[in-house]
Amino acid sequence: MTEPLLRLDGLSVSYRTRRGAVPAVVDVSLALKRGESLGLVGESGCGKSTIAFAIMRWLAGRGQIAGGRVLFEGRDMAEMSREELRRIRGKRIAMVFQEAMSALNPCLTVGAQLTEVLRFHEDIVGHEAERRSKDMLAEVRIPDPDRVFRAFPHEISGGQQQRVVIAMALLANPAVLLLDEPTTGLDVTVEASVVRLIAEISRRFGTALLYISHNLALISRVCERIAVMYAGEIVEEGPTRRILTAPIHPYTRGLISCLPESGADKIARPLSPIPGQIPAPWERASGCFFQPRCGFAVDGLCNTSHPPLVTDGKGSTVRCLRADEIGADRIVAAASEALAPGEGIAVTVDQLSKDYRLTPPGFRGLLPFAEPLRIRANDHLTFNADQGRTLAIVGESGCGKSTFARVLTGLERATGGRLEVAGQDIARLSVIDRSRDQLRALQMVFQNPDETLNPSYKVGRQIARVASRLLNLGRKERAQRVRDLFAEIRLPAGIADRKPRHLSGGQKQRIAIARAFVGRPDIVVADEPVSALDVSVRAAVTQLLMEIQRTNGTTLILISHDLALVRYVADTVVVMYLGQVMEAGTTSQVFSAPHHPYTEVLLAAQPKLEGDRGLDAPVEGETPSPLDPPKGCPFHTRCPRKFGAICETTRPPEQVTPAGHRMACHIPMDELARVQEKVTT
Amino acid sequence: MARLIAQRLFNSLVSIALASVALFLIFEMSPETVAADALGQYSTREQRDLWLAANGYFEPMHVRFLDWVRRCVTGEFGQSRLYNRPVSEVLGPRLWASAMLAMLFFSFLIPLSLGLGIAAGMREGSLLDRGISLASILTTSVPPFASAVLLTAIFVFWLGLLPGTSSMVDGFRWKELILPAAVLLLYDFGYLARITRASMADVMQTAYIRTAVLKGLPNWWIILRHALRNALIPPFTVIMLQINWLIGGVVVVEFFFAYKGFGSLILEASLTHDLFLLQACTAVSVLLAVGTQTIADIGYGLLNPRIRVAAVK
Repeated sequence: MTEPLLRLDGLSVSYRTRRGAVPAVVDVSLALKRGESLGLVGESGCGKSTIAFAIMRWLAGRGQIAGGRVLFEGRDMAEMSREELRRIRGKRIAMVFQEAMSALNPCLTVGAQLTEVLRFHEDIVGHEAERRSKDMLAEVRIPDPDRVFRAFPHEISGGQQQRVVIAMALLANPAVLLLDEPTTGLDVTVEASVVRLIAEISRRFGTALLYISHNLALISRVCERIAVMYAGEIVEEGPTRRILTAPIHPYTRGLISCLPESGADKIARPLSPIPGQIPAPWERASGCFFQPRCGFAVDGLCNTSHPPLVTDGKGSTVRCLRADEIGADRIVAAASEALAPGEGIAVTVDQLSKDYRLTPPGFRGLLPFAEPLRIRANDHLTFNADQGRTLAIVGESGCGKSTFARVLTGLERATGGRLEVAGQDIARLSVIDRSRDQLRALQMVFQNPDETLNPSYKVGRQIARVASRLLNLGRKERAQRVRDLFAEIRLPAGIADRKPRHLSGGQKQRIAIARAFVGRPDIVVADEPVSALDVSVRAAVTQLLMEIQRTNGTTLILISHDLALVRYVADTVVVMYLGQVMEAGTTSQVFSAPHHPYTEVLLAAQPKLEGDRGLDAPVEGETPSPLDPPKGCPFHTRCPRKFGAICETTRPPEQVTPAGHRMACHIPMDELARVQEKVTT
Repeated sequence: MARLIAQRLFNSLVSIALASVALFLIFEMSPETVAADALGQYSTREQRDLWLAANGYFEPMHVRFLDWVRRCVTGEFGQSRLYNRPVSEVLGPRLWASAMLAMLFFSFLIPLSLGLGIAAGMREGSLLDRGISLASILTTSVPPFASAVLLTAIFVFWLGLLPGTSSMVDGFRWKELILPAAVLLLYDFGYLARITRASMADVMQTAYIRTAVLKGLPNWWIILRHALRNALIPPFTVIMLQINWLIGGVVVVEFFFAYKGFGSLILEASLTHDLFLLQACTAVSVLLAVGTQTIADIGYGLLNPRIRVAAVK
């Protein structure tokens, strides 16, 4: 057997904390052959990033390798001198980081940060270094390498920054590329093109990949093999196809079944969340680490002995004592009952516009009466939200979906049009001018619960305070309302006495949801309510939000970029791009052909477990600046189905079917339906 | 960049204009006080009125303001009562003396503090870091009047190496500047060193330094090229603010060593109600503050390319 390029041999890493040494990675063995691609999946805190940094032998401050070895080309990296290590970093093993913006030095041009790699690894400077760097920028599909080479990191878009980081890693033609969540924070269409680039590059350059992510669907697009981590250990490893189609370990099964399937909706196949939370390293259970959350756990077996990693001889390994017994059953939750269509309209949005004014750049901005620049964040939006149903607003960053939420909740005032709630126009009524009942009726759940909850008060008290403000309840009734709510969000009542920092992310978001529902609101606006949460927790919180909505008969306005979630949760969908409504209709109308070309692109970019299908040439490029929106149809600069000059000059008409499916496109809907059917079949 | 500079210069002009209005109002609004100060408290009402009329105080407000501005610009601040000489003649040497002291001080402060701060911040928590931090705190906590006594005792009375006063009676001599500069340095270097240390330590924790390390760049290159420029932004602000402090605010040290600087001049002018002198001193201070702030803003733009854009946005 030939020695693999990179081998981890029983690697353990621990962090020194006030609680003593906390094991972050426990006895991990992995092998990466030349040119192979291995995915490492796990949720936050499972130790996957720590592995990458341990390979690079860079464990900031408190981390230390507690045991095991990392062998690169057969040599133990612990025995290398500092200079040897420096020569391997960046030259033989390169790393691509998450959040490219912070990984790039803000004070140096992209060119300076690229050429220095060549200077210290290949002794190339001057024109030759510049030429090679620009070539590499072109390789990672940056449209104008000359400009980007001279630009500072803040002068290029997020997608381009990530490409620059990839180019930087590839410059010295490394044998191994470590990718740590390389698409975090990018829009779906940009994410899709970056992932495609990574897959393509590893094939062309023969670079071995270690791709670290929490997103199973993304990893499955790039990697041949997948290792699943839980609580610092590898629980299952095997070929990608096998992991996706026949997962053995209950955690892997759980991860797969708590992803909304792209073809499913909430009625046919409800999400089946993994119960409980990821344990902190000092709270790991005895026996199997996953046993407290496992549906297959058997008392006296799983909670007494720690399962070893067993190889099946066909290239798969599993860490489960009952792997042979639990068979291949998938975890499927029972179907729920369908909802009847809504009985009334809760929110009417009619030609709603919101302009932001900006001071113009340069000398003109100094003049007192300079004409301000206008950014049209919402451009004549028109749609309705049905009572007691869920309306989803989807689109990428900059599409104006959050601006709409701010207008609706009164944080901003609209500059045109009407926004009717309970018969009153509140488009220009800011939150301080709204009556207490109007405030009670309209509540919001934010993306990040840490920004909602005050860190210095107990969570129960924070909820009780809302109850007294909005409902005028006395002390006893208030306490009762808090107890009821805790039952509704399925948290033990004892949690009311804790402060937010003692709660997990999922628990905090439950509290934030409870806070929004205290006053029995008629409408709740949820802005990306689960996107900051871990995958296994996300399903449970989504489920909870839907249940609490159903029992209270609340109208939910869900703002999200996650189409799978939207398809799963929403009854009606509005797709926005650059402040305009591109398509609107019921969930089944929007998710089946004919689609608006932008919806089609979003759907194609969505990572799917089943692999890459859909449009052959999904969009490149990024959303244009809202300061200078394209003329005609806003999407024409990226539209794969653009058919002529009319798209650039004339704003598309709105087509409406008798069933209420609306779309703004020059191509007739039946024509769209015809070409799109062809692609999907 | 040119835009940023133009914008900052424009802003500083606006600041100066606003400040001049404020100064005019403060000093010229009650002519009676001015006349009393100019003629002495035993002058009669009639004398004062005559003086006011002769000096144009009964002209309309805007004429007086424009005249006042003209005098400020051309440096005709009037006669100092205390020195019985034109204010500009008194002011010049004092400013020059303060500038000399500031120069000597900065030529030691900047290399010393930045050097120590960077060395400490590079390896946060190391023995060197602890040592430097301790020394900084100890020296900063000794007030200048105490260290002035201490240093004089050692270098003047015991070792006899340096002169005890810095009145420059025999013309300008660097030797007389050493003690005042040393006292200020002892008091101030720790502050700047600690600011630099904190900033450097922050920069060393950032993701882009991690990127640089994992790109396999040598250590000296990472420090010089990636860390320094980012780390120097906060200390740069402090240095700029200290110029103002050094020129106008080191009265204790100036008095202790009988050094004829700008700070002691302001004090003398206020104690003796020498109104024209005080007015001129204030105008110079304002100009200085606006000037250093403008330099600081432009310097930010040079150090940090993101600010160039933010200013234009």
